[in-house]
Amino acid sequence: MKLQEYTESKYNFEECMKCTVCTAYCPVLQVNPLYPGPKQAGPDGERLRLKDPYFFNYALKYCMNCKRCEVVCPSGVKVADLIQAARIKYDRSKPKLRDRILASTDFMGSLARPFAPVVNGVTGLGITKTALDTLLKIERQRTFPRYSARSFEAWLRRREKEQAAFPEQVSYFHGCYVNYNEPKLGKDLVKVLNALGVGVRLLEKEKCCGIALITNGMSEDATRHARHNVSVLRKAVSEGRKVVTTSSSCTLTLRDEYPNLLGVDNADVRDALLMATRYIFERIEAGAQLRFRTDYHRKVAYHVPCHMERLGWGIFSEKLLRMIPGLEFTLLDSACCGMAGTYGFKKENYAASQAVGAPLFEQIRAVSPDIVACDCETCKWQIEMSTGYTVQNPVSILADALDE
Amino acid sequence: MRFDTVIIGGGLAGLVSSISLQQAGQRTAIISTGQNALHFFSGSFESMEEAPRRTVELFAEAGIRLHYSPGVRLTPLGTFRDAALSLEDISLFPTPQFGRKILLVSFMGYLDFFTSFLAEGLEKQGMSCRIRSLDLPEMEQLEQSPSEMRSVQIARTMDRIWEKVVQEIRVLLRDEDTVVLPQVFGLQDTSVPGRIRQGIPARVVFAGTMPPSVPGIRTQMLLKRRYEVLGGTYLMGDEATGADVRDGRVRSIATKNLDTHGLEAGHFILASGSYFSKGLRSNPFRINEPVFGLDVDYAEDRNRWYHPDFSGEQPYMGYGVRTDAVLHGIRDGQPIRNLYAIGSILGRTRPELGSAAGLAIRSAFVAVDEILKSDPE
Ligand SMILES: Cc1cc2nc3c(=O)[nH]c(=O)nc-3n(C[C@H](O)[C@H](O)[C@H](O)COP(=O)(O)OP(=O)(O)OC[C@H]3O[C@@H](n4cnc5c(N)ncnc54)[C@H](O)[C@@H]3O)c2cc1C
Ligand code: SF4
Ligand code: SF4
Repeated sequence: MKLQEYTESKYNFEECMKCTVCTAYCPVLQVNPLYPGPKQAGPDGERLRLKDPYFFNYALKYCMNCKRCEVVCPSGVKVADLIQAARIKYDRSKPKLRDRILASTDFMGSLARPFAPVVNGVTGLGITKTALDTLLKIERQRTFPRYSARSFEAWLRRREKEQAAFPEQVSYFHGCYVNYNEPKLGKDLVKVLNALGVGVRLLEKEKCCGIALITNGMSEDATRHARHNVSVLRKAVSEGRKVVTTSSSCTLTLRDEYPNLLGVDNADVRDALLMATRYIFERIEAGAQLRFRTDYHRKVAYHVPCHMERLGWGIFSEKLLRMIPGLEFTLLDSACCGMAGTYGFKKENYAASQAVGAPLFEQIRAVSPDIVACDCETCKWQIEMSTGYTVQNPVSILADALDE
Repeated sequence: MRFDTVIIGGGLAGLVSSISLQQAGQRTAIISTGQNALHFFSGSFESMEEAPRRTVELFAEAGIRLHYSPGVRLTPLGTFRDAALSLEDISLFPTPQFGRKILLVSFMGYLDFFTSFLAEGLEKQGMSCRIRSLDLPEMEQLEQSPSEMRSVQIARTMDRIWEKVVQEIRVLLRDEDTVVLPQVFGLQDTSVPGRIRQGIPARVVFAGTMPPSVPGIRTQMLLKRRYEVLGGTYLMGDEATGADVRDGRVRSIATKNLDTHGLEAGHFILASGSYFSKGLRSNPFRINEPVFGLDVDYAEDRNRWYHPDFSGEQPYMGYGVRTDAVLHGIRDGQPIRNLYAIGSILGRTRPELGSAAGLAIRSAFVAVDEILKSDPE
């Protein structure tokens, strides 16, 4: 008799022992009765779907892809991957115009940026919000991210020579957000890396990582972005550079969603792709030094974004922040802010999104920090809108604390 | 990254050992693949026939009150088991006949609390039972989806509306001397079970539900919070994949998420649990310990792994990693001098340390004392 030595199944779904641990930690299940929950939507549902695609449940769209179920599963089941893969495979509904607009972050950015002052003004107007709300079902209570008048790419391109003069170089995958909404974060990264003797380069034309395309049912577009991005990453890596990022969601997408959900192989570049805080920490551990101001005094509460938690790299941001003298550090409880990318923008999700985030907001108010630190731009929108506290990327906090 | 001690596995054994080390001034990190057996914890620490001060204090400092009263506890199936040291909300009785007339209360649509099994079990002991299900408007939302009617979801609602439940029970109560309720109270607010007891003019007994266990999750949450307040680093969702062992010492371990970034430490504790948590792995040919490749005590002949009587004591549950007197893990017959194996990964190889939660706690203290005694390197 030939016995199979180990159980093997796609996304490990046969390893599920039905322990229900994931259901205790899914933030959506706590607030949305229409959502069947990770166990049902993931491994349980998969068994039925494999029998007959008829069993595909459209309520799977309520999953925020926060990956918390995977982090807590003791059996290594890739629960969230199973759910997203099922949506890619079986969901035949066409994405709505609204979802297309929300998902096209780079297209929106390049359109909006030249008219930034106008766009910022218009999306802030009550009448525009009402129109977006009724025509497109984008929740009117949302505040919109502001667009910057000059892109980060243009800023860094003008400094190419100066950056090339540093003895070492890294490439920076800045993502749509830094490029169009907050170039300052990119500039802060350049400042910190320069202080470590490292110059920063652009990739050869990056595209949006595509995370919003995946969650909004446009996986074909996402796959095109993935192929393009892996090829430009490969170029940088083959020239001996690491690639750093400042967004945990872009990083998770580039490293894990590409091979696991889109089938785009990135094995040769994956290890070279790091969150900037991990890269900086490793440089310092290897002997490099950062000089900090002596007059920096801030109370900082660090929120580990869900995707940072999945990467398992929150510890690097935490250790770096703790290095800053005069910084009073609090680690916030592990919890989801409820935004989950474009999820919280949608009218049908707005209430759930606020309810998911409520415990986190409460804890932030109780700690009452000067700054909330967080490595994700959509968490930043959600937390700033819901609590009124200022949110900064750990890299920006480092940059502020540097002694120039 | 370097720590004084790195602990693999964040269940009861991992948490108790790391809290103790952190309290003694060490810098430690826990790395844990996922959640652990505490999510199925009844609330009674099996094989703790005494109440060691060290254990009671460690839990008290985490905000978990224990009580000690040797006797029996009620199981979810209406049977009784020996128990002594338990969480405060678990009732312990000198004998199974704890009342005369019992009111069993559950909630409409809740399937994970077996009132009829409980009633049958209690009636066998000569108690008479009346079963009632509360129908509360606050739970309508939950009722829409059966997968949501689980202990933890209900507990979240109960943390808000428990006072209303007390009112409803007061109305229901006739001449019963005892009310039995499911363990779905006090997930976040630990004072709730006690306040329910005060509010109902009869004895209140909380009985176990199907998993996940609300008192267990609460225990996990509070121990983890205590560990983090003490400055410990809990890396949840990461897995130790291998180790660099040279000259009989572990230098560092590799993990899935930190890939090239090894975790170095002077000491390592392996608290990765049994088969359930994948601390031990089995296939049709062998049983192994995947991180360090420690020697495992098990029968060569696979037919001897299990007992044909399903409910009999199963030999495979007794298998565990080999250790020396102070719990150093043994590989190829040689002890690894800075590696300690604790908790359910020991199986029944160390009967003198007890079993289940008792084993997890006692073995954790053995390792902690040994680590604090040996000179730092
Ligand atoms: C379903 C169930 C119910 C139980 N109920 C009770 C009870 O009511 N009372 C009682 O006294 N005892 C009970 N027990 C016994 C239980 O085994 C012990 O009480 C105790 O909780 C075991 O703790 P532990 O820390 O040794 O292991 P676990 O709680 O199993 O924790 C091990 C942890 O290590 C992690 N891990 C494994 N491999 C790796 C790796 N390579 N890298 C990183 N992390 C890893 C796992 O994911 C897990 O989180 C129960 C056991 C089970 C399985
Ligand atoms: S936590 Fe993992 S093993 Fe448990 S039910 Fe969920 S998917 Fe299955
Ligand atoms: S990814 Fe998040 S929202 Fe989706 S099932 Fe898992 S825990 Fe729930």
